[in-house]
Amino acid sequence: MNNNRYILVSGLILGLFAVIGTALVGITHEATAQKIADNERLALLGKLNQILPHDKYDNELLNTTIELEPDQRLGQEKESTVYIAKQQNNISAMIFSVIAPKGYSGEIKMLVGINIDGTLAGVRIVSHKETPGLGDSIETERSDWVFGFDGKSLLDPNERQWKVKRDGGVFDQFSGATITPRAVVQAVHLCLIYFDRHKDELIQKHIKKARIQTSTADNPGAES
Amino acid sequence: MSDSNYNEISRNGLWNNNVALVQLLGLCPLLAVTGTVINGLGLGLATLLTLVLSNAIVSMIRHLVRPEVRVPVFVLVIASVVTAIELSMNAWLYELYTILGIFIPLIVTNCGILARAEAFASKNSLLPSIMDGLMMGVGFLLVLVTLGAIREILGYGTLFSNAHLMFGEMARDWTLVFVEDYSGFLLAILPPGAFIGMGLIIALKNVIDKRIQKQQKLKTQANHTSIENEVTA
Repeated sequence: MNNNRYILVSGLILGLFAVIGTALVGITHEATAQKIADNERLALLGKLNQILPHDKYDNELLNTTIELEPDQRLGQEKESTVYIAKQQNNISAMIFSVIAPKGYSGEIKMLVGINIDGTLAGVRIVSHKETPGLGDSIETERSDWVFGFDGKSLLDPNERQWKVKRDGGVFDQFSGATITPRAVVQAVHLCLIYFDRHKDELIQKHIKKARIQTSTADNPGAES
Repeated sequence: MSDSNYNEISRNGLWNNNVALVQLLGLCPLLAVTGTVINGLGLGLATLLTLVLSNAIVSMIRHLVRPEVRVPVFVLVIASVVTAIELSMNAWLYELYTILGIFIPLIVTNCGILARAEAFASKNSLLPSIMDGLMMGVGFLLVLVTLGAIREILGYGTLFSNAHLMFGEMARDWTLVFVEDYSGFLLAILPPGAFIGMGLIIALKNVIDKRIQKQQKLKTQANHTSIENEVTA
């Protein structure tokens, strides 16, 4: 009997600490949740702004989005978000989340911005696991390589030259690393083709969504 | 608790019983994040804070917790503290947090922290426990920073790069560049560089320890002979 009681008290002590520990985590979460969400929005907006500077759009970029079904051509196995940039209520560019599946070590996640006329506004790498010192030249901190996409389109260079130089294309590879730039070039090219084929469909989708949004505009908290 | 005890705690934490160099605990985060000084410093400070807080809490509750359930309770304490620190870093040091990423929650699995809770804080009163956590943490942090410095100089040819992640915009130009247009030394940046660097630091510590030992032996011998001389005289 005494022994049972001893076990019970020990168990209760353990339970008490579980409650206290959870409370501590809960309180910290409450205190930081808003700040963390803000940080993530700011970080995302910062990345989007690298592709499209502030003066290139005048809408709320983070709130003007459409959702895409999973699509192999964008390397996405989950739903992805497209950010729509507007100037005086006309769509000026779209920013896609693209994954290049064939990096040297795994996926390369990136953002691809395409102007409405089909030229590239810019490409930025979001995350990758490429070899430091070789493949990581795709980062803007390491080299200017990724700026080479600015202004390119499906027609310039032509289809056969949308490759790295070693494969007969126009894009530089890095010394000691061809696989990484090849994967990025290919993914950007596929994204351009996707945009070319689905542009009108995407615009329709956006207009439809915008209509729903304006009808619920009395309640701005609903959209986030 | 007397001063000599605090001295001993400091000496143990910083040198004689250093978490990383002697106990060889917490090597996974240590080897993984020490690519640069700032990364090492970030993880070191987070670990230091965890050690101090967990030691303090464990010491305060040491009479309350039955021996049978003490380990799960310590684990709970450590896990809660680390999660709270992780959330706070995510909120206030966001960019550094994104770099250190998974290694902040992994502080939970740093056996060094549970070891200090079990071996020291659960048997000592509050102040010595805090002191122990502080010194063990500083000892660990110094190794992280040293290893980070070695790998950053060899690997990137710089020191204190990315300091702005921790100290804000004004730290952007703290970066010291040793070699302009350095092409980088891949081995130092990749995991093998961490192992080799760590091995070298441990070897250096052992060499220093041996030298100190030798000197002490000589000293005691010298004392003995002088005493003998006096006696024979």
